[in-house]
Amino acid sequence: MQNLTLLDGPKFQITIQRLCRQLIENHNDFSNAILIGIQPRGIYLARRVADELRKILNKPILQGDLDITFYRDDFRRREGPLVPNQTKIDFIIEGKNVVLMDDVLWTGRTIRAAMDAMLAFGRPGKVELLTLVDRRYSRHIPVTADYTGIEVDSIASQKVVVSWKETDGEDKIVLLSEEL
Amino acid sequence: MGLSTRHLLGIKDLNRNDIELIFNTADTFKDVINRPIKKVPSLRDVTIANIFFENSTRTRLSFELAERRLSADTLNFAASSSSVSKGETLIDTVNNILAMKVDMVVMRHPYAGAGVFLSKHVKAQIVNAGDGAHEHPTQALLDAFSIREKLGDVEGKKIVIVGDILHSRVALSNILCLKQLGAEVMVCGPTTLIPKYIGSLGVKVEHDLRKALNWCDVANMLRIQLERQDIKYFPSLREYTMLYGLDKQILDSLDKEILVMHPGPINRGVEITSDVADSKQSLILDQVENGVAVRMAVLYLLAGQSGA
Repeated sequence: MQNLTLLDGPKFQITIQRLCRQLIENHNDFSNAILIGIQPRGIYLARRVADELRKILNKPILQGDLDITFYRDDFRRREGPLVPNQTKIDFIIEGKNVVLMDDVLWTGRTIRAAMDAMLAFGRPGKVELLTLVDRRYSRHIPVTADYTGIEVDSIASQKVVVSWKETDGEDKIVLLSEEL
Repeated sequence: MGLSTRHLLGIKDLNRNDIELIFNTADTFKDVINRPIKKVPSLRDVTIANIFFENSTRTRLSFELAERRLSADTLNFAASSSSVSKGETLIDTVNNILAMKVDMVVMRHPYAGAGVFLSKHVKAQIVNAGDGAHEHPTQALLDAFSIREKLGDVEGKKIVIVGDILHSRVALSNILCLKQLGAEVMVCGPTTLIPKYIGSLGVKVEHDLRKALNWCDVANMLRIQLERQDIKYFPSLREYTMLYGLDKQILDSLDKEILVMHPGPINRGVEITSDVADSKQSLILDQVENGVAVRMAVLYLLAGQSGA
């Protein structure tokens, strides 16, 4: 495997802060907006963004974790069933503006499942998508992010891995390629 | 990561990882069934037939609800109102149902081994919902799941199963499941209702109810299965109740507060009195609620296997 670091260190933090400012531009003081991170890896992004927003706005920010396992479109089409993660949404989504968050946007199928899963908690007002990494030109489903950290051109055999200080020790985005 | 078996015929076929996988999955489903919208679309392209050759309320409703909560299509079949009474064999009956493109069969049957037999002769995945006095795996799973939920863990806990061990599929499945999870198990009842070689399963035997209750953390009270008793095993129900019935007086006289379980249906006033069944130490309704979540987990994990 060959590793190419796409983003790390202070630049990573600047990107997160830029995404927060863009969110504030559209959602003002977040009184009617909530953040939802998609399990398993999107929740770290949502937590980080929520923390930054709390610092900037000095206000409580509602943030939840959404598991999409039971809503995936590949059940019975893969090796075995996926083990679900926890969904933790302790507030009402009805009528709220929701910002869905995932670390990497690739085929778009996860986002489709997430929109389906989210409806079990009510009918949201407006739904937006924030992603840290957009793997361009690889969508299977017509999904576009409203807020993007960085854009990456990659091929299917490559992998994009986002590490977080809280769980992995450092903030980093790496592109992994199979050695030829 | 999945179950090590294609069918759920008995706890005997499950290893500890399987049971823990089922429990972890059931935790998530318990969360799902407590939401305003209690349904997920996972099994939308799966059809499940519930074939009951024996009466059932809880198990049948619980399976049916679990299937619907997973968005599966369901077919219900009760042998008493079918062509079985005209002499059709088990394999023919099931193959005819499978010809209608059914993927899974949940079956209860009065004969031990009916599920195993069927799994060897038909293509569909089989879930045993009770076969004679043999096994009732989903009941054992939901019982152990309820203990885990209340006490945090099953390992190291002391569980006594009281009553008609001889005729009980719940007892055998419970013993296998609890032992697999590292619990200590004791059976308690009149000598005539305890199988001779039960000790080979690694369980303790006690004939004095009070001693058994003082030993345990959880007491699982079983029903006297009069319908399976071909001879008299004890002089009278009244005598059985005097010696092995659990009432509030005994419960309150114990050194510690134990939990009381019952797989249902309850014969109030026989193996357990109403004030115990409805007390705060009773897990009976938790068991029923957990039954749906555990069965959802089992169906989800089996249906999700590749080539299933």
